[in-house]
Amino acid sequence: MEEMRLLAEWKYEPKKLYRGYSKEFLSVDLGREDGAFSCDVLPVSEDMIEKFTGGRGFGLKILWDKVTPRSKWDDPENALVISGGPICGITQYPGTGKTYTVFLSPLTGQTYNSNAGGYFGPFMKASGFDALSVSGKASENVVLFIDGDEGVVRLFAWEPEDRNSYTVTEALHDHFAENEEDKRNISVISSGEAAEHSWWGALNFSFYDPRRGLPRLKQAGRGGGGTVLRDKKILALVVKKRNFSGTENNPADLSVLQKVGTKLHREIRQNDDVQCLMRKIGTAHLNLVMNDYDILPVNNFKFGRHEDIMEIDPVRYGFTQGYADGCWYGCSLACAKAVDGFELLTGPCRGQKVTVDGPEYETAASLGPNVGIFDPLWTIEANFYADHYALDTISLGTGLAFVCECFELGLITEEHTNGLELNFGAKDDLLELIHRMMDGRDDFANVVSQGIRRMKTLFADKYGADREIMERIGMEGQGLEVSQYRCQESMAQWGGYFLTLKGPQHDEAWLIFMDMVNKQLPTFEDKAEALFYFPNFRLWFSLVGVCKLPWNDVEPSDNRIRYKGIEAAKVPEHVQNYLEIYEGVTGKPLSREEMILQSERVYNYERIFNLRMGKGTRQYHNIPDRALGPVFPDEWEARSEYFDGKLKEAGHDPEGLPVEEKISLLQAHRRREWEKLVDAVYERRGWTPEGIPTIETVKRLGIDYPEVLDVLERRG
Amino acid sequence: MKFLKYRLDRCTMCGSCMAACSKAWAKKDDPALSRISVNNVTGLPDIKVCNQCGGCIAVCSSMALERDKNGVVQIRRDRCTSCLICVEFCPSASMFFSSDIPSPFKCVACGICVKACPQDVLSIVEEKEA
Repeated sequence: MEEMRLLAEWKYEPKKLYRGYSKEFLSVDLGREDGAFSCDVLPVSEDMIEKFTGGRGFGLKILWDKVTPRSKWDDPENALVISGGPICGITQYPGTGKTYTVFLSPLTGQTYNSNAGGYFGPFMKASGFDALSVSGKASENVVLFIDGDEGVVRLFAWEPEDRNSYTVTEALHDHFAENEEDKRNISVISSGEAAEHSWWGALNFSFYDPRRGLPRLKQAGRGGGGTVLRDKKILALVVKKRNFSGTENNPADLSVLQKVGTKLHREIRQNDDVQCLMRKIGTAHLNLVMNDYDILPVNNFKFGRHEDIMEIDPVRYGFTQGYADGCWYGCSLACAKAVDGFELLTGPCRGQKVTVDGPEYETAASLGPNVGIFDPLWTIEANFYADHYALDTISLGTGLAFVCECFELGLITEEHTNGLELNFGAKDDLLELIHRMMDGRDDFANVVSQGIRRMKTLFADKYGADREIMERIGMEGQGLEVSQYRCQESMAQWGGYFLTLKGPQHDEAWLIFMDMVNKQLPTFEDKAEALFYFPNFRLWFSLVGVCKLPWNDVEPSDNRIRYKGIEAAKVPEHVQNYLEIYEGVTGKPLSREEMILQSERVYNYERIFNLRMGKGTRQYHNIPDRALGPVFPDEWEARSEYFDGKLKEAGHDPEGLPVEEKISLLQAHRRREWEKLVDAVYERRGWTPEGIPTIETVKRLGIDYPEVLDVLERRG
Repeated sequence: MKFLKYRLDRCTMCGSCMAACSKAWAKKDDPALSRISVNNVTGLPDIKVCNQCGGCIAVCSSMALERDKNGVVQIRRDRCTSCLICVEFCPSASMFFSSDIPSPFKCVACGICVKACPQDVLSIVEEKEA
């Protein structure tokens, strides 16, 4: 491999963790393209632990202190702050290797936090750091290496010919390992060449798979973290920690972790085959389930099901090959699937046989039905290159779906696409467009890869496309592309997607079944309560470093017997597991109410942070028409009886009305419902009608720091 | 393949095997640290001990479980990360754990318990690979 050149080296005394914390974080600054590198080990205060807990909370606090209200994503002071949280790095409970990365996003112009598995977070903690902050900009490509055993941080210059993720990751596992056995002690965060141009740049977190003998990649894909990494000229962040034993967190009571963890392992062994099939198949099995309920996004979310669905039945094809894998030690739910020996048909790696991570549900739906393609081999190929070039597969798929619809509507033409025919289902041309996103030489690919919000502006300004139509069909909120569930028929999920802190992803709340199928949220107050509880509950995972899946993608056999309705959806026994594990690690008892309070502090702090960055008010909680209901007649006619019924419920007789008028009436009705939902949710969250946390709310939460109050006072 | 075989009809649940095992391997007379477990279930003996089936090898993603030259499944402590998945995925419920020893432990067919058993319940047998 190309030679690395040492630019700087700093020694530190690796602090042992005590009850999940080292109480120190590493702050590296790469200067202002002037070689003025710095590296400091800074304290984590008791107040920071009490108010921000860890993980995303630490990320937000540290980032707040790094940036100003005028900072942009590509300013040197923007930082990538990576933190796992106090539970991150235990091995005794499934899904405990999650790490959050917080940064100012190119897509949304406000804070973003994106999570990934892989080994980086746990190894970083075991190396003595509750968080790593990297700010500044280097003048040449660099690799930051932390050796957690030797207690040394090194910065290298490195100019590899291929800067794409699989190549960089494999090279660095090889370079920093003494032998094959040592490769498992390394984790790499990298991005790819597309992230040098695209705003969809993903961060790939590695873990070494000794059974396959290669590093695997897990993505913190969303929000453009990879774009920020490459803007700083960072090729990779690498951590090495040898002899990981699973007790590095030095928990208060290991026996509690063992007891609760083995209980969940048992549940997974007994229930997974009859519940969510995560071990055998993984998340891609959801394709069929979503299709059954008209939730699968087909052709830019126009339709919810398709007759070719069985072409992408993961059981029939086998997105899951070899064996069940977790992305961190101890995860028996093991949803991290791979396709082995896949021969690539296109692109720079054509002809190579590779292992492709995933596809997971989101990718199987986005780079599949949402662009009108029902060919698993195409999806796997697109998945490989998206990861390799470092493009977020969710934004990529939703963005390409928008492009296809614009093309079919004649808003853009071959003249603009540089010869590509981008109809839905255009497999060859869509893959070619992905390849063109890699090197930044194609002006159309560059426009597309800056996301739907920019596309709307640039398509209108450069190509004369109809802005109004694009606003109706472009599936983005706050600048972020919607993930792969159609939410039209679930009012609660309108909020689950579009009343979020960072845009329409699905990690705050997924309420579609509870609302649309099970009818458990009949009133606005019920929906608002769900949009208070679930986003806060799920945010807690991001504070402590655990994965959402083992919470409710496996349930105790008697969950639905012991509990009913929304209480059953909360999976109380698993909530209790988390409370016990939290105490088992930190030694601090935690109640269900205190758990929500921990989250609520950070939820509101993040909201105020976004306000500080000039966003974070009601006007930024936008929702496109396509998310509310049909936009064009073919969408209505695909389920005309159903939509006629919905119009009747809204007080309009559909008899004799032209479809366009029916669409218009239903859209107007649902817009009114949306505004009522926003009012109810803001009130429940303790916010003003403008969506701003009140002074009383921040005082109640104990986050009434002078700088927080200052932001609220300035915004009136 | 070497493994420990037992005859339930001879067992009086005296606990000698567990005492001998835990003393030899954990330096402590404690049934919770024994690699063979004998329980009284409705007045009848229930013995849990590894039959060296190898089911745990497949479930361990860190490849910490492997067979030695005698076919006995051994835990490589240098690779084990104490996750205990093997404990709950063991088909014979014979992988054990204790917070005193974070990584799991199991019978390695050493035969110490065979000598300690007063009732001739236990024996080490060798099965030829088919």
